[in-house]
Amino acid sequence: MNDVTRMLEDTAARLFSDHVDRAVHAAAEAGEWPAALWQALEDSGLTQPLEAGLSLPEAMGLLQIAAQHAAPVPLAETLCAAWMMANCGIEVSTGPMTIAPVVRGETLRLERRGDGWHLAGRATRVPWGRHATSIAVLAETDDGALHVALLPRDAAAIIHGGNTALEPRDTLIVDTALPVGAVARCPFGYDVLRAFGAAMRTAQIAGALERALELSVTYAGQRVQFGRAIGKFQAIQHNLALLASQAGAAAAAAGMVAEALSATPDMLMIAAAKGRASEAASAGAAIAHQAHGAIGFTWEYPLNWATRRLWSWRDEFGNETEWYPLVGAVVAGREPAGIWPAMTGTEAA
Amino acid sequence: MDLLRFDAPPVSPEAEALRQEVRTFLRAELKPGLSRDRSGTLGGFNPEFSRKVGARGWLGMTYPKQYGGHERSMLERYVVLEEMLAAGAPINAHYVADRQSGPLLLRFGNEDQKHEVVPRIARGECYFCIGMSEPDSGSDLASVRTRAVETNGGWRVNGTKIWTSYAERSHYMILFCRSADADPKDRQAGFTQFLVDMKTPGLTINPIRNLAGDTNFNEVLFQDMLLPDSAVIGKAGNAWKQLTSELALERSGPDRFLAGFKLFRTLVGQLGPDPGERARLELGRHAAHMMVLRRMSRSVAAMLQQGQDPALQGAMVKDLGTTLEQSLPDMVRQLAPVEGDPEAEDELAAALADVTQNAPSYSIRGGTREILRSTIARGLGLRQ
Ligand SMILES: Cc1cc2nc3c(=O)[nH]c(=O)nc-3n(C[C@H](O)[C@H](O)[C@H](O)COP(=O)(O)OP(=O)(O)OC[C@H]3O[C@@H](n4cnc5c(N)ncnc54)[C@H](O)[C@@H]3O)c2cc1C
Repeated sequence: MNDVTRMLEDTAARLFSDHVDRAVHAAAEAGEWPAALWQALEDSGLTQPLEAGLSLPEAMGLLQIAAQHAAPVPLAETLCAAWMMANCGIEVSTGPMTIAPVVRGETLRLERRGDGWHLAGRATRVPWGRHATSIAVLAETDDGALHVALLPRDAAAIIHGGNTALEPRDTLIVDTALPVGAVARCPFGYDVLRAFGAAMRTAQIAGALERALELSVTYAGQRVQFGRAIGKFQAIQHNLALLASQAGAAAAAAGMVAEALSATPDMLMIAAAKGRASEAASAGAAIAHQAHGAIGFTWEYPLNWATRRLWSWRDEFGNETEWYPLVGAVVAGREPAGIWPAMTGTEAA
Repeated sequence: MDLLRFDAPPVSPEAEALRQEVRTFLRAELKPGLSRDRSGTLGGFNPEFSRKVGARGWLGMTYPKQYGGHERSMLERYVVLEEMLAAGAPINAHYVADRQSGPLLLRFGNEDQKHEVVPRIARGECYFCIGMSEPDSGSDLASVRTRAVETNGGWRVNGTKIWTSYAERSHYMILFCRSADADPKDRQAGFTQFLVDMKTPGLTINPIRNLAGDTNFNEVLFQDMLLPDSAVIGKAGNAWKQLTSELALERSGPDRFLAGFKLFRTLVGQLGPDPGERARLELGRHAAHMMVLRRMSRSVAAMLQQGQDPALQGAMVKDLGTTLEQSLPDMVRQLAPVEGDPEAEDELAAALADVTQNAPSYSIRGGTREILRSTIARGLGLRQ
């Protein structure tokens, strides 16, 4: 953590505290676009952190802070889309963006038509689809070659859906012409997009768990039962210590993905980190709710804005069932003496 | 929140070059059949091995050169340690001395203690045990009753320590005892740490057999044992503060999640390259947890290097790490057709019996799980 990132953290944290409140959550869950929040982020250069000169790990740190405040905007998806386009040599557009497809096995087709392209297909669970001005779509030509196509949202039909936190997860139906400049060969495969998605959700889980921990500790210090703050009861203390350890593990996992991410990501690190963070999300959310009693079960109280996100983010871009076997396969594929070097990324050159 | 900071450990090409050296050394040294006790937690007590490690410059790595050390970074020390643990090397003889007794003496000891003892620790010749627990004092260390009374020019000690690991094979004990009457207003006052030569008259060691049949912890009796004033470590009456600085070192290390690595490795070897879907998931989960713990633990080493006090992060590593390791026997039982047998030729059966029997101690020694969680809760501000 250097001074620049600390400063950025402070700026971002202040901005989110100022702009994310109950009313913003209510509106966002009702399907409204939080325009004021997005504008404030854009004015501070936080919607395009890479363009603003941040490194990828720093940008991941920003996602963690945004998640701490449950900011209902597609910062992660915009970052991912911008990164994809930059890596494919397409000019990065402004405004909120997202990516597709995000469900394994879904493909969109691309073909040359006249002096342009034609993109067709269907993608489900597209995060923030309805609010994105453009969508970075990974699509295949007949020969199986992967391309990135920059799709204007208005060129697709959109069916609304949501995740547990009512963040938009929409279905896109596409059958549209695109100009030549909107399409480029993609130097990486679906797995890299998935790894990027897993990495950003890992960072977000770490942020939301930190928030759940903060809320729980504060609440346990204030709520009085049996004549004392419930935080004085050892059972509560020990549960919150466990929550802290889970949040700590998620924070470490977020650190791992930040370093593992690149155009040739360290898939093993990301797999381990996302699986572990997803597990922490489940365990941590449960403890936070238990410590809160009924108040935590209300929509008014802010805990749910963290936990309902955790309940979706743990599965999005792959959960334990998807990522752990990948780690297991690497481990099983080694001679016993090679397991440790593989796990630690320290195999001799 | 500060206690959730696990910053990136610095990239160190020196440390990575060192790692390959350590591996080469271990491949040559750890021939199959190397005698080891079944201590379960670490790979055995072997003075010959410890001296070789010392000769390579891999003990006292962070100590000043003036006292036989090598002035290398915490991260380099970490690399050596994790490679030894992952390979199941027999580090028990030197481990306590290198990890905490040497640093304690360097920080609080007098010049004689530092000149006479610390270089021997760095050479792998001098081993330490820890005399804290007593029959009536475990977690509540402030209740210890072993008592040192000032006599002319020295101290007379009476009392009993228990569960002292490797007392019978150690040269010195760091003795923690009461040296002044209890102060009802300050439970942590009136304790002193002594450097005790295990050959001191009046000191008796009685081995205790553990459930796995090993006798590597002991009862240690002090009957009118006389110590010179020069045996005091630091300031008389200041031991509680001195102790706290030892704890972060003791708790955060990779031994907290690599104690059972041999069992994991053996299991993977026996299941083979295509172990099936369920095994891939379970093995992957275990490995992923270890990878994240390693990241946490390396961050702690880096924070120690920067002079920070990551005691809470250390407690998290120990709680998560020991919990993971205690789940290892269950994973093995579910995935492999094997029954634990300490005497078996089959490596998996023997390793399973070893970890199964030693696992309960992981969350007792070095601070019980409950005490660690209370420590973390204190860090969260929930208790004084
Ligand atoms: C293999 C092994 C090696 C050891 N080696 C050494 C050594 O070399 N030197 C040394 O000095 N000691 C050593 N110990 C002792 C170890 O430090 C103690 O066992 C430990 O501090 C716990 O003390 P105890 O066993 O007396 O348990 P107790 O403190 O009596 O605890 C029993 C149970 O009560 C719980 N408990 C106690 N107080 C509280 C509380 N306030 N709140 C909630 N729960 C509580 C504990 O967590 C535990 O579950 C060793 C122990 C083992 C098992």
